[in-house]
Amino acid sequence: MRVKIEDIKKLEEIAKRLRVKVVKMIGKSGFGHAGGSMSIAELLTCLYFYEMRYDPKNPAWEERDRFVLSKGHAAPIFYAVLSEAGFIPEDILLTIHHPDSPLQCHPDMRLCPGVEVSTGALGQGLSIAVGMALGAKMRKKSFRVYTLMGDGEIQEGQVWEAAMSASKFKLDNLVGIVDYNKLELSGRVEEVMPLEPLYEKWISFGWHVIEINGHSFTQIMNALNMAKNIKEKPTLIIAHTVKGCGVSFMEDKVEWHAVSMTEEQVENALRELGCSQEEIEATLLQMKEG
Amino acid sequence: MSSKIAPREAFGRTLVNLAEKNENIVVLDADLAPSTKVTYFRERFPERFIPVGIAEQNMIGIAAGLSTLGFIPFATTFACFASRRVCDQVTVSCAYPRLNVKIVGAYVGLFVGKNGATHQALEDIAIMRSIANMVVIEPVDAIETEKVVEFACEYDGPVYLRIGRDPMPQIVPSNYSFSLGKGVLLKEGKDVTLISSGALVEDTLKVADNLEKEGISAKVINMSCIKPIDEEIIVKAAEETGSIVTVENHNIIGGLGSAVAEVISEKYPARLKRIGIRDTFGKSGTNEEMKKKFKLTVEDITREIKIFLG
Repeated sequence: MRVKIEDIKKLEEIAKRLRVKVVKMIGKSGFGHAGGSMSIAELLTCLYFYEMRYDPKNPAWEERDRFVLSKGHAAPIFYAVLSEAGFIPEDILLTIHHPDSPLQCHPDMRLCPGVEVSTGALGQGLSIAVGMALGAKMRKKSFRVYTLMGDGEIQEGQVWEAAMSASKFKLDNLVGIVDYNKLELSGRVEEVMPLEPLYEKWISFGWHVIEINGHSFTQIMNALNMAKNIKEKPTLIIAHTVKGCGVSFMEDKVEWHAVSMTEEQVENALRELGCSQEEIEATLLQMKEG
Repeated sequence: MSSKIAPREAFGRTLVNLAEKNENIVVLDADLAPSTKVTYFRERFPERFIPVGIAEQNMIGIAAGLSTLGFIPFATTFACFASRRVCDQVTVSCAYPRLNVKIVGAYVGLFVGKNGATHQALEDIAIMRSIANMVVIEPVDAIETEKVVEFACEYDGPVYLRIGRDPMPQIVPSNYSFSLGKGVLLKEGKDVTLISSGALVEDTLKVADNLEKEGISAKVINMSCIKPIDEEIIVKAAEETGSIVTVENHNIIGGLGSAVAEVISEKYPARLKRIGIRDTFGKSGTNEEMKKKFKLTVEDITREIKIFLG
C-alpha cells in the first residue's frame, strides 16, 4: 500500500497502530527497546507506506528499494511495520524474543521475511547500505537504499568510514537517516559524547544534509522527495525526534531505552494511544497467559 | 623441484583468471593492493575493483552489502587486520547471516616481511575458527592456492583465506584438487604424525626427512582446511602412529594445534605436541631470524620432536 502525500490521516493511523503493537509486544515479552522504537514511528511509516517500492509477496524482488535498520535494537517497531506491510503475519508479533521465533531481539535476515540484512551490533548498517548502493550502481539498477541510524550509534567510528566512502562513490541512490532523539542507553547524547555540530559534520563528509522534525509526516515526505533530486552525492536526513514519542511517561526519559512494562504501564500506554477498553483488557489477558 | 611461487602471487593471478569468466567477482582493497597482489585485478578489472582506503571495518560492511546483490566480494588486507581489526564486522555482518563474503588475510603468522609484532597475525585462525558459519583455509603453495580460490568462488558462504607472503616450492601434486574438510597426506609414516599448514609445511617435510635418517618414520599431513577440520584423517593418524605433532605459524593457543587437540581428545586420545609460537608476540626481522628467535628452525623442530618421542 502506498499512501498519497495529501492523505496524512492514513499515515497517522498507521503510526499509531505501530506504537500500539510495540506496547503489546514489549508487554507480552517482558522486555524490549521501547524508546528508540517509538521515536521512529513516523519515519518508518513514511518509508514503508509512502516512499519505498517493495512486494511483500516477493520479498526478494530484485528492483525493490532496500531498507537497512542499522539501529537494529528498534526491532519491535520494525516487526510491527513488516506485519503492517504484509511481510509477516500479525499474530507472530507476540512471539518476539522467543528462542524459536523468527522475531529475534535484533533483526535476522535468515529468519524474518522483509529483513534485508541482519543488524544489531551498532555502526555497521551504513557500510552495508553503501555496499548495496554501490552494487546498484555497478548493476545499473534504479532501486534506492535507505538506512536508519541511532544518534548514539553514530559515535561508532565505522559510521564515519562509511560516510567518507559514500560520498567518494557519489552514491545519490543512498539516503541515511539519523534518529536524533538526544538520548542513548546511559544518558543524554550531548553528555555521553556530543555529536554537534552534526549538520556541519555530515556536510564536511560530502553529504547533502536535510534537517527535519522526525515526527512531521510532511517534513519527512518532503525530505525523501528532495533526496531524489540530489545528484552525485548521498543524502543524510537529521530527524529531530523524541525518544518514547507517543506515550507521555516514556517521552524523553533515558530509563525507557530497554524495558519491561508492568500491566499498569501497558494499560496506560494503550489508553493514551487510543485503544478501546476491550483491546486493553485482551492485551492484559495475553500478558497473564505467559 | 620447480621454481618457488608465493601464495599471494597465485591468489592475485587466480582471481583475475576466475573473474574473466565470472562477472560477479569483485575485489575490495584496504590500501594494501601491492602487497596482497590484487593489483593484477585492479589493472584488468578497474570497474570491479573497490578501493576503500585504510578502513577495514567499512570494507567488510560494503562487502556484505555487495554480497546481498549476488556479487562475490573478496575483501583483502593483511591477516592481522582481516581478523583482529574487524572481528565484530565479520561475525555480525557476514558470518551470522551466512553472507557470501570472502575475507582474505595475506601476510600471515610471523612471516610479514620485517613488519614485526603489530603486523604479525598469530591469532587470526583462533578468531576465525571460533566464529560460527566460517570456513577457514590456509593453502600451502601456488597450486593449492589456485584450487582454494576456485573453491571459495563456488562455495556459497563466508570463507577466510589465510594467504602466505613468501615463495613456496610446489608441495601438492600437479593434479591436486581441493576438498572442503579434507586434509592432504603428503608422506606416509608409522611412528609419529606431523600436521602443519601454510608456510611451515615445507620445513615440516624437511623435519620428517631428518627424523627418517634417525630411524623415526613420520607421516606428514598438510591441513590446509582448518575449519571444518578433517577428523577422519586425524583419528586415523592417532590410531596408526599414536603420537601427533602440530607445527604452526600461529599462537599454539587456538590455532591448528588446538583444533587437532579438540579432535583427538574427544575421538581418540593420543599424545600430542604443539609446536608454534608459544603465547608471545613476535618481533621484526626476516623469516630466518623469526624462525631462530621463536625456535622454529628445522633443527629446533626436529630436536623438540625427538624429546617428545623420548
